Amino acid sequence: MTMTVADLFPLLPLLLVTGTAVLVMTFIGIQRHYTLTVSITVAGLLVAAVTAAWMLLMGSKQGGWQVTPLLIIDQYSLFFTIVTCASAIFIALLSYSYLRQLPDQREEYFLLLGVASIGAVVMVSSNHFVSMLLGLETLSMSLYGMIAYPVHVKDSAKFPLEASVKYLVLSAAASGFLLFGMALVYAQTGTLGFTSLVSLTAAESAGLGVGFSTLALLMIIAGIAFKLSLAPFHLWTPDVYEGAPIPAAAYLATVGKAAMFVVLLRFIGMSDALQFSGVLLVLSILAGASILVGNLLALLQQNIKRLLAYSSIAHMGYVLIAIIADYHVEGSISIEAVSFYLLAYIIMTLGAFGVASAVSDSSSEKDHINDYGGLFWRSPWLAAVFTAMLLSLAGIPLTVGFIGKFYLFLAGVEASMWLLLGALILGSGIGLYYYLRIVYRMVMPVDESGQAHDEPSLGGYGVLTVLTGLLLFLGVYPAPVMQLIELISVGL
Amino acid sequence: MILAALISLLIIGGLLAWLSDRFNPALPRIIALVTVFGVLLLMLDLLGEDKGWITVIDVSWLPRFGISFYLAVDGLSLLLIILTAFLGLIAIGAAWDEITERAGFFYFNLLWTLAGVVGVFTALDLFLFFFFWEVMLIPMYFIIAIWGHENKNYAAMKFFIFTQVTGMLMLVSILIMAYFHYLQFGVMSFSYEDLMRVSTSGETQLLIMLGFFIAFATKLPSIPFHSWLPDAHSQAPTAGSVILAGILLKTGAYGLIRFVVPLFPEAAMEFAPVAMTLATISILYCAKVAFAQQDIKRLIAYTSVSHMGFVMLGVFALNELALQGAVMTMLAHGLSAAALFMLAGGLQHRIHTRNMTEMGGFWVRVPRMAVVAMFFSVAALGMPGLGNFVGEFLSLLGAFQANLWLTVIACFGLVLASVYSLWVLQQVFQGKYNNSSIDESKLTDLTKREMLFFGVMMIGLVWMGLHPQSFLDLSAGTLSDVLTANSTTTVESVAVGTELVPPVLLGATP
Repeated sequence: MTMTVADLFPLLPLLLVTGTAVLVMTFIGIQRHYTLTVSITVAGLLVAAVTAAWMLLMGSKQGGWQVTPLLIIDQYSLFFTIVTCASAIFIALLSYSYLRQLPDQREEYFLLLGVASIGAVVMVSSNHFVSMLLGLETLSMSLYGMIAYPVHVKDSAKFPLEASVKYLVLSAAASGFLLFGMALVYAQTGTLGFTSLVSLTAAESAGLGVGFSTLALLMIIAGIAFKLSLAPFHLWTPDVYEGAPIPAAAYLATVGKAAMFVVLLRFIGMSDALQFSGVLLVLSILAGASILVGNLLALLQQNIKRLLAYSSIAHMGYVLIAIIADYHVEGSISIEAVSFYLLAYIIMTLGAFGVASAVSDSSSEKDHINDYGGLFWRSPWLAAVFTAMLLSLAGIPLTVGFIGKFYLFLAGVEASMWLLLGALILGSGIGLYYYLRIVYRMVMPVDESGQAHDEPSLGGYGVLTVLTGLLLFLGVYPAPVMQLIELISVGL
Repeated sequence: MILAALISLLIIGGLLAWLSDRFNPALPRIIALVTVFGVLLLMLDLLGEDKGWITVIDVSWLPRFGISFYLAVDGLSLLLIILTAFLGLIAIGAAWDEITERAGFFYFNLLWTLAGVVGVFTALDLFLFFFFWEVMLIPMYFIIAIWGHENKNYAAMKFFIFTQVTGMLMLVSILIMAYFHYLQFGVMSFSYEDLMRVSTSGETQLLIMLGFFIAFATKLPSIPFHSWLPDAHSQAPTAGSVILAGILLKTGAYGLIRFVVPLFPEAAMEFAPVAMTLATISILYCAKVAFAQQDIKRLIAYTSVSHMGFVMLGVFALNELALQGAVMTMLAHGLSAAALFMLAGGLQHRIHTRNMTEMGGFWVRVPRMAVVAMFFSVAALGMPGLGNFVGEFLSLLGAFQANLWLTVIACFGLVLASVYSLWVLQQVFQGKYNNSSIDESKLTDLTKREMLFFGVMMIGLVWMGLHPQSFLDLSAGTLSDVLTANSTTTVESVAVGTELVPPVLLGATP
C-alpha cells in the first residue's frame, strides 16, 4: 500500500506534535535556553490543537479517515487530540515555574512531555493493537523520565527515583498482561485490529470457545485497569503520585488516564466485550471496588497528592459505570457520559494539581494538607480556585463536575444499574468528607508557622484562571459542549 | 423576568458585598440590607396579582436533555419568598454587630444562600430545582464552618453530607421521572407540568417518591434524618441559625407540598400513614429530647424538629385544611424560631455560654429580653391569638379527618411544648439570680435595634394569629391545585405505566 500526501492530511495534528518534539530536541542540541524551549513546546502543541480543532469544525469525512490499518482519525479522536494537547500545554506552563529553580539540566523535561503527548495522540486515534501498544509505551516511557526527572538533585523534594522505578516495573508487568491478551485475541480472530469477538465465537467456535475469548479480554482489561489504576490494580498509584514532581503527576493523572480510557472505550465498543457475561461482571466489580476503595482510603490521607491519587481511583470507577451502561442503553448517552466526564475530570484534576504546583517548586513541595491552612485569607484567589476544583471533584452544582456526574447518573438510571448507582452515591458521600476537609483547612484562621510563598507565577495564574473559567462556564452553560460531544459520540 | 432579576439581584449583591469589604468593613452589611430590602419590595409588588402562576420565565438551558431555566411564582411561593426576604433582613440585623471578622465574605454567603432558597421556591424545572437545592448548601456550609462556634467543623460537615447524599437520592428519582417521560412521550423533559403527566405504577412510584421524600425529610427534618440539625444549629452563628431554622427547613416542607404530593398522588396516599407516624414520633420524641438539653440552642433546635412534625403531619393528611395548617405552621415557626434563636444568640453574645445551668434569674437584669422571650416561648407553645396556634390547630384538625389515633397522640405534643417552653423561661429568667459563672457587666438588656427586630416579628405573629385569612387566601389556590392533581389521578388511577426494566444486577447475561 502506498501513501500519498493526501493520506497524510488527517495525520496533521499528530505530525505537528511529533514535529514539536523533534524541533525541541534539535533546539536543545544547538542551544540550551529554558524559556525558549518551553515556548517552542507550548507553541507547537498549540498549533497542533488549533489544527485539530479546525479539522473537527470543518467536519471530517463520515466515519473518519482510516490512515493505514493502525490509526483512525475521526471526530472523536480529534476532540481528544485537542484535549490532550491543551492539557499538555497547561502542564508545560505549570512545569515552567515548578522546574525553574532546578539545579540541573531542565530543558529535556519538555522534550519528554512532547514525546509523551505523541504517545497520547496515537492512543486516542488507535483502533489497532499495534498502535495502541506503541502509543501506550511511548507515553509510559516518557512518563518514567518525567517522574524521575529531579533524580540528580541532592535536595529533591520527594523520592522521584522510587516512584519512577515502581511505575516502570509494574507497568512492564501490566504490559505483559496486555500483550498476552492481545496474542490470545489474535489467536481467535487472526487480526490485530479491534474487531468483534462475538460473531467469531458463534460461527467458528471450533476449539477455542467463549471461555477462551473471555480470558483474552480479561487479560487485556487487567492490563488497562492497571494503567487506569482501577482497584485492585491501584496499589502503585499513591506512591507514584507522591514521589513524582507535581506536574508529572498531573500529566499521569490526566492525559495518561484519559488516553487510556479512550482506547478502552473504542476497544470495548468494537470487540463487543460486554457481550461476555464474565467481562461484564469483572468490569462491574472493578467499578464498584474502585469507587469504594478509592474513596475510603482517601479519607485517611494527609498528603494532597496521595489524596488526589485515591480520588482519581474513585473517579475512574465512576467513569467505568458509564462504560458498563453502554451495554444496557440504546443510543450514545453512555459514550457521551464517558466523554463529558473525562473532560470534566481533566479540568478539575489539572486545576487541583495546578494549585499545588503553583505554590510549590522542585525544592520544596507544599503537599501536606496543613500547608494549605488559612490559604483563604493569605491568598484568597488561589484558595477560591482550589475550592472550586474540590467542589467540582465532589460534584457540586455550578461546576463542571456536577454536569459530569449528572451524565453518569443519567446513564446509570437508563441502564437500571441500581447497585452501581448506590456505590456512586455512597462514594460521592464519602468523597465530600475529604474534599471538604481541605476546604475547611483553607478557611481556618491563618497559621503563622506554615508560611509559604503563595504567589504563583504568571503562567500559573494564566493556567488556573483559564481552568477555573472553563470549570464554571461548563458548569453553568454546558449546552455547546454537550452538543459537540453528542456529535462526536454518535460517530463512535 | 422579575424572577431572574430577583435571583441575579441577590447574586450580584453578594459579589458587591464581598468586594466592598476592601474599601470599608461597614459597607457589606449596608449593601446586603439594601439588596434584601429590594427583594422584599419586588415581591410585595406582586402581592395584588391574581391566582395561578403570577409570573413565569422559561428559557431553554440544556436542550440536549430538555432542561430549561423555568421559574414561576404562585401564592405559596410568594408567601415563602416574602418570608425569606423578611428573615433575610432579620438575619442581617442579627449579624450587624456579631460578625466583624471577614464581614464581606459573610454577607456574600448570606445573600447567596438566599439566592439559592429563592431559586428553590421558584424553580419548576426539576433539574433546576435540584441545582438550586445543592447550590444553597455551599454558602451555608461556609457560614457554619467559618463563623461558627467551638465544634463548627463537625457540624458543618454533617450538615453538608446529610443534605447532599440524600439530595443525590432525589437526583436519581428525578432522572427516573425524566427517563419515564422519555419512554412515554419520546422526549426528555424535566419540567414540572410534563413530569406530572408521567404515569407510573404502584411499587415503582413508591420507590421514586421515596427518593424525594428522604431528601425533603432530611431537610425538614423528620426522624430518623434529623440528627444533623441540633449540631448545625448550636454551632452556627446567630444569623446562620435564623436562616437555617427560618428558611432552609421550609424548603423541605415546600418540596413535600410542591413535588411529592402532586407528582406521586397514589404513592403519597399509600405512604401517608408511615409519614404521619414518623411525624408523630418526631413531635413527641423531639419534644421529650428538647426537655433534656442544657444547651439552649440545642433545645430550640429540637423544638424545631418537633414543630416541623406538625408540618409533615399536615402535608400527609392530604386535605386542604391540613395543608393550610402546614403552610401556616411553616410561616409562624419561621418567625418564632428565628426570634428564639436570636434571643439565644444574643445571650451567648453577652455571656459567652449557651449552658442553661449557668443561667438563672436574669429577669431582674434584663427585663425587656425576658418579656420578649416570654412572648416567643408562648407563641411557640401554641397560644391562641398567635400564628403558631392557627397553624398547629389547622394541621391537627385536618389530620383528625385522615387518621384519628395518630392525631390524638400528636396532640400531646402541644402539652410537651408548654412544658419545655416554660422550663426554659424558668431556667434562664426566673428563680434565683445566678451570676456565679458570668461576667455581669456584659449582661445588658436589648438594644433599640434588637427591640425593633423583635417588635416586627411580634407584629407578624399577632397578625397571623388574629387575621390568618390574609395568608390563607394567598396559598389556598396552590394548595387546592395540589390536591386536585392528587384526586383526579387517583380517580383515573389506571396508570398502566412503563415498568422499570427489572434491575439488572451484576453480571447479567445478554
